[in-house]
Amino acid sequence: MRRVYLDHMAATPLEPQVRDAMLPYLGEKFGNPQSLHSLGQEALEAVEEARSHIAGLIGADASEIFFTSSGSEANNFAVKGLGLARREKGSHLVLSAIEHQSVLHSAKSLERIGFSVTLVPVDKHGLIDPEEVKKSIKKETALVSVMLANSEVGTVEPLTEIGKLCRSCGVPLHTDAVAAVGNIPVDVTELGVDALSLAADQFYGPKGSAALFIKKGTRVLPFIDGGIQEGGRRGGTENVAGIVGLGKAAEIAKFGLAERVEKMKSLRDRLIDLLPRRVEHVVLTGHREKRLPHHASFCFEFIEGEAMLLNLDMKGVAASSGSACTSRALKASHVLLAMGIDHALAQGSLVFSLIEKTSSEDIDYLLDVFPPIIERLRKMSPLYTKFLEEGKK
Amino acid sequence: MIYSEKVMDHFQNPRNVGVIKDADGVGQVGNPVCGDMMTFYIKVKDDRLADIKFQTFGCGAAIAVSSMVSEMALGKTLEEAMKITNSTVAEELGGLPKNKLHCSNLGADALHAAINDFSKKQAAARGEKIEGAPAGEKCYCPYCEGPIEGIEEFCGHCQLELEECPHCGSFTKKGEDKCVSCGAEFDLH
Repeated sequence: MRRVYLDHMAATPLEPQVRDAMLPYLGEKFGNPQSLHSLGQEALEAVEEARSHIAGLIGADASEIFFTSSGSEANNFAVKGLGLARREKGSHLVLSAIEHQSVLHSAKSLERIGFSVTLVPVDKHGLIDPEEVKKSIKKETALVSVMLANSEVGTVEPLTEIGKLCRSCGVPLHTDAVAAVGNIPVDVTELGVDALSLAADQFYGPKGSAALFIKKGTRVLPFIDGGIQEGGRRGGTENVAGIVGLGKAAEIAKFGLAERVEKMKSLRDRLIDLLPRRVEHVVLTGHREKRLPHHASFCFEFIEGEAMLLNLDMKGVAASSGSACTSRALKASHVLLAMGIDHALAQGSLVFSLIEKTSSEDIDYLLDVFPPIIERLRKMSPLYTKFLEEGKK
Repeated sequence: MIYSEKVMDHFQNPRNVGVIKDADGVGQVGNPVCGDMMTFYIKVKDDRLADIKFQTFGCGAAIAVSSMVSEMALGKTLEEAMKITNSTVAEELGGLPKNKLHCSNLGADALHAAINDFSKKQAAARGEKIEGAPAGEKCYCPYCEGPIEGIEEFCGHCQLELEECPHCGSFTKKGEDKCVSCGAEFDLH
């Protein structure tokens, strides 16, 4: 059976070059970067080289990169570290309504100790209006956190504009760029951000390895109290192999990014253009143009996401969904609901995410096997029967 | 795989899918907010379920549950069919994942609602009026499995105080130190 993996927002395959770069640090080069002997110094050099590569990918200085164990940790670090550091100035946070749970729940944690939070709404395409961000900023605002791109609907936010207005208000800006870095050009100066989260597993690096950029001079509290690792901001012995993998992945991602973006875009557009011609009652979620080059997401009416995923899996296709039944919480995606999509439609959400190695045959295979699945599930659906009988949704 | 072989079999090859146009009873439960919706149609002959058809909007578990209920109930007397419970269905399916129990277990309810609908119609034909359990839109309390609307602070059945798990958002008894659904530990102070 043909295998078509279209769930790259969840995980990308480890690039062989990245794995090769990591292996010595899982073998003979096992030193602790904090050790003074040569084995330790060798590990330290590898960590610092990785730091430079990551800085290079996003236009930062190596001293502004802090390693973490995941994108979620980087987001926790940013929201709590930057938020708490400015507490005496105020304890108000501004977030978009479609942030990742690691940002939203970090803010929830801070709410328990006296912070207040304003959630900025999004439009039906998942776009944030910079004016709305501006309106939410108060004298007491300690931090604004707005994601660069949303992993569920693919929409890329107007971060540069938001960066400008945050600077004019003198409020630090963090962006969760986990879904974006490695897949679109990202430059911290151009975006005007004070902190930015990224993760290796979004661009052919290993899981469990990520980083937070913190602009020089930004006040931030340590996230893990411990030793002097990561400038004292994040204690704990470094995940050397993971860091080396992240560095190598960053080095590779920078190379030929523009061509990769074009390749992915054409595959994405093929899917977005052709799928609605093969299936009725389907809507694209997220913005048509302002979206990640490797991201195509839809809602299929009258049917539920998990049932589609299980059927696709049996045909060898891997994808993901924001339906309540696929989440462990049994709640529909907060992103889709924030965009004004109703519960029934949100239940039919499906996300396809590709890489440049995805072939147009892979897309065609999906376009062939998917319509019969949808048809079968709709025949089983009381909502579809009702629609056919009453002629309205 | 998150589901047992039996669940997958019923999901892939659901029995008795469809609509009975001149059904003797129709029962509908669930709503899209809850995640699942089921409609059961029954034909009754000599006090037995002569035909059953169902339609389900929902996940793999919901589809498998409906299919299993229809299979278990077909040919049974109304009284026997009323004894089918959500837990006997889950048992027959070789178990269901814990977080799928409360919203996927609408199957027996939908069947019972169809039987109640039939009984009401019979009574009406005889000029009587009976109070059947109202079928409607409901989710389930994580403890007593009684139906809840999905937004209230109390379970109407066991009067349990409910709160949302800050981690996964599902319902848990207030004061509990762990979420029943995702297992996250709560900060009690």
